[in-house]
Amino acid sequence: MSHDEISFHLPPPATAIPAPPPQPAPTMVPLTIDGRAIEVAAGSTLIDACKTLDITIPTLCYLETLTPVNACRVCVVEVEGARVLAPACSRQVEAGMVVQSRSARVDLSRKVVLELLGSSVDLSTAPGLSEMMAEYGARPERFQEVIGSASAVSSVAKPIKIDNDLYVRDYGKCVLCYKCVEACGTDAQHTFAIAVAGRGFNAHISTELDVPLPDSACVYCGNCIAVCPTGALMATPEFELRKAGEWRPETQAVTDTICPYCDVGCTLTVHVQDQQIVKVTSPFDNDVTRGNLCVKGRFGFEYVNK
Amino acid sequence: MQDAISWIRHGALNYICTRLSVPPAEAWGVVTFYHLLATGPRPAAVVHVCDDIACRLNGADQLCRDLESRLGHAVHRSPYLGQCDQGSAALVTKAGPDADRFVLAPTSADDVAGALSVRTVPTVPKVPRVGASASGARIVRRMTVVDATSLASYRQHGGYAALAKAIAIGPAAVIAEVSAARLLGRGGAAFPTGRKWEAVAREPAQPHFVVCNADESEPGTFKDRVLMEQDPFAVIEAMTICGIATGSACGFIYIRGEYPESEAAIGEAITQARAAGLLGPRVAGSHHAFEIEIRRGGGAYICGEETALFSSIEGKRGEPRSKPPYSAQHGLFGQPTVVNNVETLVNVLDILTEGGAQWAKTGTAGSTGTRMFCLSGHVARPGLYEIECGQTLRHAIELAGGVPGGRALQAVLLGGAAGTFVGPDALEMPLSFEGARAANATLGSGVIMVFDETADLMDTLARIAQFFRDESCGQCVPCRVGTVRQEELLRRRDPGSGTGDPGTVLLNELGQAMRDASICGLGQTAASAIESAFANISSLKGARP
Repeated sequence: MSHDEISFHLPPPATAIPAPPPQPAPTMVPLTIDGRAIEVAAGSTLIDACKTLDITIPTLCYLETLTPVNACRVCVVEVEGARVLAPACSRQVEAGMVVQSRSARVDLSRKVVLELLGSSVDLSTAPGLSEMMAEYGARPERFQEVIGSASAVSSVAKPIKIDNDLYVRDYGKCVLCYKCVEACGTDAQHTFAIAVAGRGFNAHISTELDVPLPDSACVYCGNCIAVCPTGALMATPEFELRKAGEWRPETQAVTDTICPYCDVGCTLTVHVQDQQIVKVTSPFDNDVTRGNLCVKGRFGFEYVNK
Repeated sequence: MQDAISWIRHGALNYICTRLSVPPAEAWGVVTFYHLLATGPRPAAVVHVCDDIACRLNGADQLCRDLESRLGHAVHRSPYLGQCDQGSAALVTKAGPDADRFVLAPTSADDVAGALSVRTVPTVPKVPRVGASASGARIVRRMTVVDATSLASYRQHGGYAALAKAIAIGPAAVIAEVSAARLLGRGGAAFPTGRKWEAVAREPAQPHFVVCNADESEPGTFKDRVLMEQDPFAVIEAMTICGIATGSACGFIYIRGEYPESEAAIGEAITQARAAGLLGPRVAGSHHAFEIEIRRGGGAYICGEETALFSSIEGKRGEPRSKPPYSAQHGLFGQPTVVNNVETLVNVLDILTEGGAQWAKTGTAGSTGTRMFCLSGHVARPGLYEIECGQTLRHAIELAGGVPGGRALQAVLLGGAAGTFVGPDALEMPLSFEGARAANATLGSGVIMVFDETADLMDTLARIAQFFRDESCGQCVPCRVGTVRQEELLRRRDPGSGTGDPGTVLLNELGQAMRDASICGLGQTAASAIESAFANISSLKGARP
């Protein structure tokens, strides 16, 4: 039996990564926002245009990394000549548009929308919401004052769902922004474990046939938690600490590192409180992750704590 | 599956998802969206009883309570069933080997109980009440004489002459005629039909689609149902002409699930037209291809909104989309799509045979032609009346026999739940788009619902508010929560009054926010009937909550 000669070839020398073909300069569209004339690239949204002027538009269901669904309607702005207000998050700029980012109509709509949410949803863990309410003078308690009894004011309150070790779902805090559905679906994970079910005020986020999470298609990537704007979806460690009254974000050290598990090299942002890792996230503006992680990167930190 | 076992069995849904490669969570979202689909076991025979505003005037509440005590959970209270000309209505659905769906109208508790228990379907001939003013008879002319089940009869009465002309003059000339007629959409939005067709015809992207919106769910509207049941070939012919004019080879007619008789009539007409070569790869021997498919709605008012209708045809939840982009560029399956109401399309036949300019001589300058008005509520002869645009509201009510029993008129609801209430002082209002606009009202889809002095308008307003709460798709906050709060404010026990009242202020602000910030027409108009009632009806002026 003859022995084959064992040969070993060096890898070919590295070549430069080909540069992308030159892109034509984008067509610029002129418009006026709050009396200031600007030009932005065609295809931009009104919220992009406002950003270039440092005008802040309040948002709930909007996130740079997701397709806008314009469901929450707090980002509405007034477009001159239009019958109704336009959602800044998804409405694209048009030449000659005259936009008011604040007006009596805009402020009223934002105020009422916040009051509708505040009177039907538990917003206690939604970051930035109380400031937004104060800015627009929203008083959700108005409905109870007028209608009389608290029981006559419907809310989406329902029992907290704890059916797995990794995260807790409290849909009494859900504003139905669709972000988790998008993150689970075509915008990030392509798992399609959850969708909106029901209709109208009974519309809610649900797994297939409303089965518990472990029986669903969920892969526990936690990308839905990362995008949830109200804390309706929360990782178990944070939920337990909050329950014990020991969740202190102001004392947490936040450090970026690289995930040790595989060779993709996702950036992890590790949140440490009292020498224990309590949460792992990833920056939304990171080129590799765009805020997304997998089950290992997001939840596989217990061995560090031990 | 709903027809086979009366509910969507979970294992079967999973099997469907496997076969269609659809994520089960999304399929579950779709199944739970439509109220005619059940997600838990229920009896094979089920009755949906209409308890919407017009039927309530005829004692629907009592009928429902009788039935609920007799038949228990086989009875479902239903939103508007589209039978206001008949007085009371029930949709019976039977699953299993004898699967059947039929409407009983008018109906009684005994009728319903009988229909649920016997195996065979009682064939109660439903007599539609159709009339026209002297100058108005156009569409109803053929409707009352033609045999709806026979293509030969349709041809005898002038059918398919318009298609022959359309093929002879070509697409561009057809659009020119429709534009010359200045036909405005009859579904409620009153968009110029010619402009819509032209925009789709011009789009370079292929394929184009034609969609006929027969999801007639606006409370008080039944014109499209009567049209489809009495003259189905006219709808098919008009869709074919639209297909030729806009370069579309495929048309969908989306018929609401509550209209089994319309679906059967249209289905039979399509079969006959196809057999006669009037649909297919060579329409009437020409080089144009056109086919029509029926889509049955699952019970959702919102699917009458055109973008929600597209979502529904695509097999998704019937959630509206943001506009722009408009349907002429980005419609069904993202393709250029022309979507027209049934009545709008049927008008095209006369426009072609008479010529657009000639046709436009009827009606007023701003509103050409005639309109089908659905008269219901407290009138002697509720029914469908074709009236030349520009005649007065008084004339329409008199055609239907006026308010019976010598009672005084309290209010008229124009345009349905999304429309406006007007008082007796508006009777001289011309029934034209510009006339309604001048009176700060809307004709919407042609509803004229009459309330006499005995009607409890607060009950009607609360039912309208409940209707919007039930029918909101739930996508955007102003509509999802706003419609709930609106109903709660109207139903509260201790209504205050006066302009400074916090309840009045809140209801006003809520209405404004829903109108300004909702995604689609449902939320934008959810407060309009209620606001107009408090503004225009004298009996409510002191009682404003």
